Amino acid sequence: MKLVLGGAVATGLVVFAPEAASAQEVAVSAEDVQKNLDNVFVLVAAVLVIFMQAGFALVEAGLTRAKSVANIMMKNLMDFCAGALAFFAVGFAIAFGAQGNDFFGSGGWFLGDGAFQYGTLTMPVTFLFQVAFAATAATIVSGAMAERTKFKSYFLYSIVISALIYPVVVHWNWGGGWLAKLSTPFHDFAGSSMVHMTGGVAALMGALVLGPRLGKYGPDGKPRAIPAHNIPYAVLGTFILLIGWYGFNPGSELAADDAIGGIAVTTTLAAAAGAIVAMLVIWMKTGKPDVAMTANGLLAGLVGITAGTAAVSNVGAVVIGALAGLIVVAAVLFFDRIHIDDPVGAISVHGVCGAFGTICVGLFATEDSDFWKQGLFYGGGADQLLSQVIGVVAIAAFVAVTAGLLFLVIRSTVGLRVSQEEELAGLDVLEHGAPGYGPAVTPVVAPTPIPDSEGAAPVVAGAGS
Amino acid sequence: MIKLVTAVIKPHMLEPVKEGLRGVGVKGITVTEVKGFGRQGGHTETYRGAEYAVDLIPKLKVEVICSVDDADLVMRTIRKCAHTGKIGDGKVWIVDVERLMRVRTGEMGEEAT
Repeated sequence: MKLVLGGAVATGLVVFAPEAASAQEVAVSAEDVQKNLDNVFVLVAAVLVIFMQAGFALVEAGLTRAKSVANIMMKNLMDFCAGALAFFAVGFAIAFGAQGNDFFGSGGWFLGDGAFQYGTLTMPVTFLFQVAFAATAATIVSGAMAERTKFKSYFLYSIVISALIYPVVVHWNWGGGWLAKLSTPFHDFAGSSMVHMTGGVAALMGALVLGPRLGKYGPDGKPRAIPAHNIPYAVLGTFILLIGWYGFNPGSELAADDAIGGIAVTTTLAAAAGAIVAMLVIWMKTGKPDVAMTANGLLAGLVGITAGTAAVSNVGAVVIGALAGLIVVAAVLFFDRIHIDDPVGAISVHGVCGAFGTICVGLFATEDSDFWKQGLFYGGGADQLLSQVIGVVAIAAFVAVTAGLLFLVIRSTVGLRVSQEEELAGLDVLEHGAPGYGPAVTPVVAPTPIPDSEGAAPVVAGAGS
Repeated sequence: MIKLVTAVIKPHMLEPVKEGLRGVGVKGITVTEVKGFGRQGGHTETYRGAEYAVDLIPKLKVEVICSVDDADLVMRTIRKCAHTGKIGDGKVWIVDVERLMRVRTGEMGEEAT
C-alpha cells in the first residue's frame, strides 16, 4: 500500500525535474517521501486527537450545572497536563518499552535510550500520538465524577491513570503483550477497549465510590433529572469530538496509506447512525428528541466503531453505530436507575459502547487480514470473537480493580468528595476561588452624590467618623 | 392620587402589551424578569430520560405608574393585550402610591408620573 503512494510522488520527480535531481545528486527515494508523509500525517492526527480535549471539556461543562463549570474545565485542563507529563516520564515506557514482559513494558523512561518508535514514524511522532490517546482515556472520567469531587483528588487520579493503569492496558496489546500473543490476537484498531473502555470503567468506579450528587434521587429513590446548563456547549463539544475522531481512527493506521479514507468513512457512518438511533429511542421513550441523549448517541457510535473501523464494511459500520445508539440510551437509563450518577453519560458512552465495539470486531470483520480474522457474521467462526471477549473481560477487570483501589485509597487519605455545603454552593468558588461565569461587577469607587436641592443633610454624613 | 398598576404576564406577550400601553398614552413602564407558579402549579419535563419538575415558570412583571383616572384603562389594556385564553396568562392589580418623586428634577405627585 505504501509503495503505491510513494511511487506516484517519485514518478513526478523524475518527469518534471530530471536534471535538477541528477545535477545535485539529490537522492530522494520513494521510501523517504513515504516516511515523511507518514510522519506528517500522524503528527496532524495527534493534534486532532489532542483537540478532542476541547470537545470533552465542552461536553462535560455543557451537560453539568453552571455553579461548577470552572471546576470541570479545570479538571479537563489538568488531566491533560498531568497525563502528558506522567506518560512522558513513565507511561510510554510501561506501554511500549521492549525490555518488559507480557504484562508490563520497560525501557525508554523519559523518552530516553530505547524509547519506542513505530515503523516509519520517528520516536517523537510516535510518542505524541500515544500521549494524545493516554490523555483521552484519562479525561473520560471527569464528566462521570462531575460536581462533587475534590479537585486535588481528581488531580491525583489523573496522574495515576496516565502513569500506570492506561499504560499497562496498552502494553497488553499495542505494546506486544499477552493479548497480542493469543493464538488469534486480540484486535482493537484505535482503542474502543484500551482507551474508551478503560476510561469508562475508571469512570464507573469513580462514580460508584463517590455516590450520586445531592438531589439526584428523590426520597422515593426515583432518579431526578438535573438538566444541562448549556446545550450549545455540549453540541459544539460533540462536533469537536467528531472532528478529533478523524485523527483518532484514521491516524491509528500509523501511516499515510490508502486505508485511511475507508476508515474515515466507517467512522462517519457509525457516528451518524448512533446519533439517529439514540434520538429515535429516547423520542419513543419520553416523547421528545432529547438533545443531550442524541449527542451521547453520536459519541456512542464513534466509540463503537473505533475497534473495528478498519475491519468492517460500510454497512457493518452503520449497524454497529446504530446498535451503539440503542445501547447507550439503555445504559444511561440503567445506571440512572441503579443509583450510579453519571452526569454526562461517560460510563455508558465509553465503557459500555467501548466493550460492545471491541466485541463487534469478532462479529463484523469482513475478511481475514494480518491483524484480525473474519468475524462470525461473515462465516469466519468464533476465534476472533473469543479473543475479543477475553480482551474486554481482562481489561475491564484490571481497570475496575486498579481504579477502584485508587479511588478507595484517595477517599481514605485526602478524601474524594467535597463537603455537602460546598456541593450545594457549587465547586467553583470554594475549590478555585472564583465562579466560572464571573462575579457580579462591584464598583470600587462610589460616585459622588448630587447636591440635595432641598438642602437636607446627606444621609450618609458622618458615617465612618 | 397616583396608582401603581402591576401585571405578571407571559414573556412572549410583552411586545403586544408594550405597544398597547403606548397606544393609550402610557409614557413609561418597568419590566422585570420573574419566576413563579399559580393555579397551574408548574409542570414536568424530561431530560436524558428522567423527569424533573418545572415549578417556577419564567414570567415578566410589568409596572406602570399613572394617575387614578388612567389606572383602569391601563389595567384593561394590559388584560386585552396579554390575553391568550390559555392557562398561565397571569394577573394584573392596582395599588395606591403614597408618594412619588422624579429623581432628576425632584418633582412630586402627578407631575412626576
